[in-house]
Amino acid sequence: MNSQQTSTSSASVAIHLKDVVHQYPKSKTRMTLPEWTVEKGDRIFLHGPSGSGKTTLLNMLAGVLNADSGDITLLGEDFSSLSSGKRDGFRARHIGVVFQQFNLVPHLSVLKNIELAAYFGGNKGNVESKAAGLINALKLPVEVLTQSAKSLSVGQQQRVAIARALINEPEILLVDEPTSALDTDARDAFMTLLIDLCKQHHTTLIFVSHDKSLAQYLSSSVSLQSLCSFSEVA
Amino acid sequence: MLLSFAVSSLRSRAKSVLLTFLSLLISISVLLSVEHIRLQAEASFNRTVSGVDLIVGAPSGQMNLMLYSIFRMGSPTNNVEYDSFEMLENNEQVSWAIPIALGDSHHGYRVLGTNQTYFDQYKYGNKQHLAFADGEPFKGIFDTVIGADVAKKLGYKVGDKIVIAHGTGAVSFTNHDQSPFNITGILAPTGTPVDKTVHVSLAGIEAMHLAPSQLKDILANPDDLSNPLVQPDSVTAVLLGLKSKFATFTLQRALNNYEDDRLMAILPGVAMAELWKMMGTVENILRVISVLILVSSLFGLSTMLLASMQQREKEIAVLRILGAGAGVVFLLILTEALVIAVSASVVSLGLVTSIFAGAKGWLASEYGLFLSANVFNTHSAMVIGAVVVATLITSLLPAIDAYRSAIHSRL
Repeated sequence: MNSQQTSTSSASVAIHLKDVVHQYPKSKTRMTLPEWTVEKGDRIFLHGPSGSGKTTLLNMLAGVLNADSGDITLLGEDFSSLSSGKRDGFRARHIGVVFQQFNLVPHLSVLKNIELAAYFGGNKGNVESKAAGLINALKLPVEVLTQSAKSLSVGQQQRVAIARALINEPEILLVDEPTSALDTDARDAFMTLLIDLCKQHHTTLIFVSHDKSLAQYLSSSVSLQSLCSFSEVA
Repeated sequence: MLLSFAVSSLRSRAKSVLLTFLSLLISISVLLSVEHIRLQAEASFNRTVSGVDLIVGAPSGQMNLMLYSIFRMGSPTNNVEYDSFEMLENNEQVSWAIPIALGDSHHGYRVLGTNQTYFDQYKYGNKQHLAFADGEPFKGIFDTVIGADVAKKLGYKVGDKIVIAHGTGAVSFTNHDQSPFNITGILAPTGTPVDKTVHVSLAGIEAMHLAPSQLKDILANPDDLSNPLVQPDSVTAVLLGLKSKFATFTLQRALNNYEDDRLMAILPGVAMAELWKMMGTVENILRVISVLILVSSLFGLSTMLLASMQQREKEIAVLRILGAGAGVVFLLILTEALVIAVSASVVSLGLVTSIFAGAKGWLASEYGLFLSANVFNTHSAMVIGAVVVATLITSLLPAIDAYRSAIHSRL
């Protein structure tokens, strides 16, 4: 359904949404998003008040929530028309996700957590050395790799979550309020490291938060209200 | 990866997993033991007698005749005449005939009157003949050959003198003090009722029941088997071996219609099968109970997994985000259930084997149960296969729950 105009420049487009409609179950609210395009390498700050549908949009981009109609094209792939199994595979290989809290499986070691992402992404490379590199870049001691995830502080866990999200070198990184559980110092350190790594890997970043003070770290800023509209249906 | 994840996840819930594991371990062990004992008991039961084509006795039930002539349990209702035994012995179809005269006991062990043919032809197990651990068959009227259990329990050895009482109880009021018997031989263990039997000659049985005055006469000449006082006039049963198996049914019919004495001939195989079928009811009850115990443990396993689902919503969400399909989450739960069930089965096999290996000697000496400790057979494999299948079925519920939770998991 890509139009002629967009297909010519599709090589540089990371995310393209067209006429996406989502009906919230058990409520009459309907979310409509006419069109949104994100270029590769963009680092977008997506903001909006709590409950405005930011997470709904991220869920659709991650492929764990289906839009009722419309097209979602990721990296030139017609993501919204893939089967759920193929969507899971696509997500594993091309999309990294970091969310608010509880990013890690608590009973696994940090390394195992990262290896799990590599396993689902079909990443056959040397995961351990790559993980050590990422952990190092995130200014964590390499020893954390062998520690169990639940023994880390929340700030450390969030940094490990970045390492895990980037292990398969995804083209797109979706981040949902990752700093809400962090204090100011930890938050600033986290943001700097995140942006540095995204720059290094030329990762397209969608950073969702209600905290506008974080916008300074990102290349451009979009408010959800400007992207989509909400309507009540009978 | 899935397996190591499942193991790690189970470890993180060690307490509830351990309890579930123990409950499964116990129930699988019970099931395996019941099945093992059942098979072994049947094998041990079927090895009691071998090579006998017909058992002839006074008309009663075939079960009754079987019980007292082979298992030496219960009381014979009636005897057959000694003439009938001679008729059978001389029948041209008959290869050998073993007379059996029951009715007396020694410290609770059955006394069986018979003749030399018993030691030559009686077979058990896989057509094994009786063997002497020590000594030789009886010759005189007051000679006796005892079974392995009798010798062991009562501490007898060859050459000892024992007293045999009339009646079949352990305590007898009329001790035949005047007729001491000399042990000439001890049989090797067989794992059959032979081990618990005191064997004497038919003349010996007659001699025990003589009046003291008549006994003196016999004691003066203990090797004279032709003395008219000790000529047997009846036997309890006769075990027959035929020259040709094809004659079995003809002879059976002829004996059942025999006019000079009231006889009944039975086929041991048929009677054994019927007897085992009676025991089969008890066996089935045991089986049903052990299966029910297993089912309740499996429900415990299912409950444990279901209860853990709430706390694992986050974990499932993480897996989903990493690209795991809902099917992977479904398989993960099944894998966890299987890890528990399979490890419980393996430990249970070890446990049951060591229990049987440990209790083997005791069971053999106390109950005459000859059980093998080897539970690694196809039957156990089938039992464990059934456990695994049942585990898969009962853990479908939590797995479907996890699948749904995975489908609906969001950031």
